Amino acid sequence: MASHYEAPIRKPLVVGDKGYHDVTVDIAAPVEGKANKHWWIVFSIALVAFLWGVGCIIYTISTGIGTWGLNKTVNWAWDITNFVWWVGIGHAGTLISAVLLLFRQKWRMAINRSAEAMTIFSVIQAGLFPIIHMGRPWLAYWVLPIPNQFGSLWVNFNSPLLWDVFAISTYLSVSLVFWWTGLLPDFAMIRDRAVLPFQKKIYSLLSFGWSGRAKDWQRFEEVSLVLAGLATPLVLSVHTIVSFDFATSVIPGWHTTIFPPYFVAGAIFSGFAMVNTLLIIMRKVCSLEAYITVQHIELMNIVIMITGSIVGCAYITELFMAWYSGVEYEQYAFLNRATGPYWWAYWAMMTCNVFSPQFMWFKKLRTSIMFSFFISIVVNIGMWFERFVIIVTSLHRDYLPSSWTMFSPTFVDIGIFIGTIGFFFVLFLLYARTFPVIAQAEVKSILKSSGEKYKVLRDAGKPLYSIKKNGAVRYTVLEQEEEAATTEGEGTLGQEPVLSLLGSIGSFDPESEKPDDLKKVKGIGPLMEKTLNKLGIFSFLQVSKMGDKEYALLDSLTEAFPGRAQRDDWAGQAKRFLNLDK
Amino acid sequence: MASTKIHAYYDDDDVLMHAVKEVKAAKHHIEEVYCPFPVHGLDKAMGLAPTRIAITSFLYGCVGLAVAITMMNYIMIQDWPQDIGGKPSFSYLENMPAFVPIMFELTVFFAAHLMVITFYLRSRLWPFKKAENPDVKTTDDQFVMEIEVHDDEKELTDLLLNTGAVELNVIKSSH
Repeated sequence: MASHYEAPIRKPLVVGDKGYHDVTVDIAAPVEGKANKHWWIVFSIALVAFLWGVGCIIYTISTGIGTWGLNKTVNWAWDITNFVWWVGIGHAGTLISAVLLLFRQKWRMAINRSAEAMTIFSVIQAGLFPIIHMGRPWLAYWVLPIPNQFGSLWVNFNSPLLWDVFAISTYLSVSLVFWWTGLLPDFAMIRDRAVLPFQKKIYSLLSFGWSGRAKDWQRFEEVSLVLAGLATPLVLSVHTIVSFDFATSVIPGWHTTIFPPYFVAGAIFSGFAMVNTLLIIMRKVCSLEAYITVQHIELMNIVIMITGSIVGCAYITELFMAWYSGVEYEQYAFLNRATGPYWWAYWAMMTCNVFSPQFMWFKKLRTSIMFSFFISIVVNIGMWFERFVIIVTSLHRDYLPSSWTMFSPTFVDIGIFIGTIGFFFVLFLLYARTFPVIAQAEVKSILKSSGEKYKVLRDAGKPLYSIKKNGAVRYTVLEQEEEAATTEGEGTLGQEPVLSLLGSIGSFDPESEKPDDLKKVKGIGPLMEKTLNKLGIFSFLQVSKMGDKEYALLDSLTEAFPGRAQRDDWAGQAKRFLNLDK
Repeated sequence: MASTKIHAYYDDDDVLMHAVKEVKAAKHHIEEVYCPFPVHGLDKAMGLAPTRIAITSFLYGCVGLAVAITMMNYIMIQDWPQDIGGKPSFSYLENMPAFVPIMFELTVFFAAHLMVITFYLRSRLWPFKKAENPDVKTTDDQFVMEIEVHDDEKELTDLLLNTGAVELNVIKSSH
């Protein structure tokens, strides 16, 4: 097929001799296997951090925001810093799954699932901060425009904080359905491989009964494309609106028109760094090196380098505009950032965000896994400092020198931040053990064009497939149409012993009689009821006529729980139900 | 009345595409094809109508925009007009720039969610829905083509075996 062609110059996205079934096995392996010791250790640490954060949140809510390090001058600090940091991290997931889908970047398929998971989990962390900052989180619904007991007092739709409510909740919910829709075929794959009934049940529930019909796939692809088209402007709008929280104010250092594009670039920058942090570990732990290749890491590093440079330009533009505006307050705000008491935060930000990504110009460095991991951590730290610098250094020197002050976080500030990191990793670690972490259906669809196995075949001039004409034919006879599940090997039903069983207890005529709910009999579950129905037993009357001979016959037919019917005295129970009905 | 259908198993998307084209050329009706992953061009080859789900999304987006405009106008202009920061709320048009973010977000919200709900309902996907793929292999690495047989069983099985089906399952049901 022409669509499977790919320029030979492109490196394979799936390395190794992988066919379709290998993809299934590799991606189901982390879900079907058992967690190793390292997973438990990291999970325990994350859980402890999370619980510590919960404790700090409870303390904050029960005592008040006074437990934080905020003061009259610096009235916004770690809370909003963490909020913006987490929201920013979230942006990479949507960027990878939506923007790269629109640009037909096939390499996204190995990483989009985890990047979207990261988006959802980090936006959850972000959402916590405004809610706990409300002081009375049980009144959080007051941000919604609902008719209320205060007359027609509405929320203020001119406020960027309210725009944030709409932007973040739309973003979170749309990301969630985008993610889940993509997950349906992959959950179905795990469902169909599940051996244990409990797992089968759970993944059946999660996969929404996905069957993979041609029409379903046609709709699925269209829905993915439209969602990508919607999510692309959405993701840009979200951080734009977050930047409005600052840009629409009159605080020197915040009141800047460059904020929206600068924040969006910074968000993508930090998000890709977090994707790199997570995936470099995950590819190792889950043995997915064949799918998340060094090429993927290299491409992400290039995105980090480009967005890091955009952020660097924005920093310099800010400085230039402060000088060029001639506004003394603006000029002082930026001079103070670089040389004032918070100089260390400013230069930490500059080093981490502007300087460190420039190493990625070197191919040797951007294809080094250890170095990429190191830089991804550095960038995450740098981007946290960026928000801290913008927020705290702009506030701590206000218009009145007598109120100039510094900010120092309390253990509660720190605890809540660490708690959200713990919560994030708790969610991500659980995800990595229970979800298909790579969009396997999508990977299979590009395997022929971008898999190493097929690239080698194509380069050798060999066909990618052969039509074999010796397929096997088997015959299946169905008694009832809905019994498609039991097509093979169940020839015993509807034969000689069944007839003799029905002969002694009487047959059931569906035309004139109404089937009873056999599950009422203790010992008959839904499964056994089905089996009995299959044998032609539908009514209490039939069951009540059963004796030792019939029980033995039944046991030999169903081969389940021998002696059960006798022990529970099904006939006696059925007689009682018969009498009740009369 | 007894009816017979054939499940033809394929293990390759290219082989499947050829088979679909051959079966269509032999004027047989393909009931269904179950695939483990999207096969591009399959819907056209099978003769499926294009999906209209993108159009519904556009319409839902229009509804979202209308809801946002109505809501903003009622809340901010009609019901309780306020003078915020020296910018009085006298007319919707004059105050509209401040409402653009909400108008945009609600448009996206409606377009995305209602489209996905439409997709789930039309494709019959919801929690506790039982899967209907005929074989667990269809979510792994095999494709199943389902064809109804009308007194031409021999001809059809030969045709299908010739197209490279790895396995045929002839299902007779009497009911």
